Amino acid sequence: MPQKQFREVIRDAIQEEMDRDETVFVMGEEVAEYNGAYKATQGLLDRFGEKRVIDTPISELGFAGLGVGAAMNGLRPIVEFMTFNFALVGVDQIINNAAKIRYMSGGQIKIPIVFRGPNGSAGQLGATHSVSFESMYAHFPGLIVIHPSEPYDAKGLLKSAIRNDNPVIFLESEQMYGMKQEVPEEEYLLPIGEAEIKRKGNDVTVVADGKMYHVARTAADQLAKEGVEVELIDPRTIKPFDMKTVIESVKKTNRCVVVDESHPFGGVAAEVGFQIQRDAFDYLDAPVQRVTIPDVPAPFSRPLFDAWLPNPSQVIDAVNTVTYRK
Amino acid sequence: MTKRKKEPINSRTASIIRATDLPAATKKNHKQLGISDDDLGVLYRSMYLQRRFEERAMQMYQKGKFGGFLHLYIGQEAVSTGTAYALQEEDDFITAYRDHGLGLVKGITANESMAELFGKEGGCSRGKGGSMHYFKTEKHFWGGHAIVGAHLPLAAGLAFANKYRGEDRIAICFFGDGAIDQGALNESFNLAQLWKLPVIYVVENNGYSMGTAVQRHSAGRLMDRAKAYGMKHDEVNGMDLFSVIDKFSKVAKDVRKTGEPWFLEVITYRYRGHSMSDPGNYRTKEELAEYKRIDPIERLKIYVLENGHLTEKELDAINEEVEKEVLESIDFAENSPFPPEEQLYEDVYVEKDFPFLR
Repeated sequence: MPQKQFREVIRDAIQEEMDRDETVFVMGEEVAEYNGAYKATQGLLDRFGEKRVIDTPISELGFAGLGVGAAMNGLRPIVEFMTFNFALVGVDQIINNAAKIRYMSGGQIKIPIVFRGPNGSAGQLGATHSVSFESMYAHFPGLIVIHPSEPYDAKGLLKSAIRNDNPVIFLESEQMYGMKQEVPEEEYLLPIGEAEIKRKGNDVTVVADGKMYHVARTAADQLAKEGVEVELIDPRTIKPFDMKTVIESVKKTNRCVVVDESHPFGGVAAEVGFQIQRDAFDYLDAPVQRVTIPDVPAPFSRPLFDAWLPNPSQVIDAVNTVTYRK
Repeated sequence: MTKRKKEPINSRTASIIRATDLPAATKKNHKQLGISDDDLGVLYRSMYLQRRFEERAMQMYQKGKFGGFLHLYIGQEAVSTGTAYALQEEDDFITAYRDHGLGLVKGITANESMAELFGKEGGCSRGKGGSMHYFKTEKHFWGGHAIVGAHLPLAAGLAFANKYRGEDRIAICFFGDGAIDQGALNESFNLAQLWKLPVIYVVENNGYSMGTAVQRHSAGRLMDRAKAYGMKHDEVNGMDLFSVIDKFSKVAKDVRKTGEPWFLEVITYRYRGHSMSDPGNYRTKEELAEYKRIDPIERLKIYVLENGHLTEKELDAINEEVEKEVLESIDFAENSPFPPEEQLYEDVYVEKDFPFLR
């Protein structure tokens, strides 16, 4: 199998779906002539032309809403945000229009749109450019939220997202675009809403999504050397969240740590923790712990930034807490 | 552009337009506008139905038959009736929350309208939208949107999809003067003009953004917003049905031919408050009375009577028929069931078995 970068599989998924379905088109800032701010749409303009690969002005509210209107009227837009931080000026279009119009119309309208782009921090970019939005979007009924951590998952899930008839938030990462993984040449799709156990273990369950999966993976490798076998679950989809896989794992390991790039209040980790205490209370040998970014905006200064972003040693500390190793 | 007899507006500042200072009404008669004698009765009925429907809806609201907000369109009926007449049935209409009038002219029945107000299953949005969120997409009525200005980009998207598929349909988007001040308007205008989208943007300037008069909420003339984008624009006397039909027929034809957007400022007036809780202290009785003197329904009535197209008796018969239809809609709404509780989780996602968090 060929090794493919994250950005390449994003492009491949879009290209395959555009080949397959004339109603799919992509628009966003710099997606066409510039070939994508992060090259996730490289070559698409040459292949499909300007009718279907469309550069937008810096006008997130305008083009997000235009995409929703086009989806209501039968097209399948893929809207790229240069980063999801910029989507905030157009978020009314996502939360009030994309997510609610089907409901308010009593089911008359479907809105098959994918909003995609990088999410979360990407180094020292300061507070406005470093937010991870999976928890925020997952808060709102009507949206599907996908937060893959690896190229293989990203490709199969993006193709499913484009074919899905609901609005989908598809969260990527600037820092993962260069990440490589073996990806099959032949076409495949992955089901939305299914977690994957990416490392088997009996001692502790660690749930980690997106970029945090890799932080947790590093921690798990280190812990293995110390004789602690982590069962590492990548939820891949945040909404709907595959709690079944998590609960089954916790019933086996009796301990759980959730790692997520959201702020703590009402975040993914908070929700997963709640579900575990409700549905696996009697199986727990320790309170569920979480590792998230703290309840503060992203700082610029390097030492502060490093203290802000979750790292493997925090995950190890949390595992040590739930296993009473320290 | 239509010349005003008197210029009530300082060139840089918007202001409430007095009923006596509206853009001149068209001088064309109905034949010159391509309106058949029979259609005169149809148009009268359409406006009168909206009026009576809302008057009855107001009574039902006051009786406590339903809750929520109720924003009445009374006074503005020439705009909905005229635009629907001027455009094609398959053209895509979208509007703000003052949506009963446009809903009714686009094919939502009185029954479906009233049942929606009551929150009943027989409503046009199955009771899930309410007064502000009427929808009937099979009739190309795309809602009923209650965040001011938020549906303007949706209209650009409706037009974008029509153009993408090479269809002849055009989109038309209505909003109040309050929406003029939203960023959504400027982003939508830019995209519509930049990408040459077949859409007509229509501000129904009724003088007030809720209770804030237009000169207190908007700098410059509303119509001039189009100038910055090089968008074709004009103003229309919204109290005169024939003027609306005249202008929108021409504009729709131009949009269909050129594929380019238009912005029309329709000067109109709402007789009732912003919503039911509004005592209207921000305006004078005289101002309201001036507008009522040029009421669009009365105006058409005088036209058909004076020119002998319909008799008083024939108009009375229409009125009676409308009254019956509206009263029946109340019965229908009363008797329509409320949505059963299991519908709470329906229509959020396309899938029937979506695994909601519980």
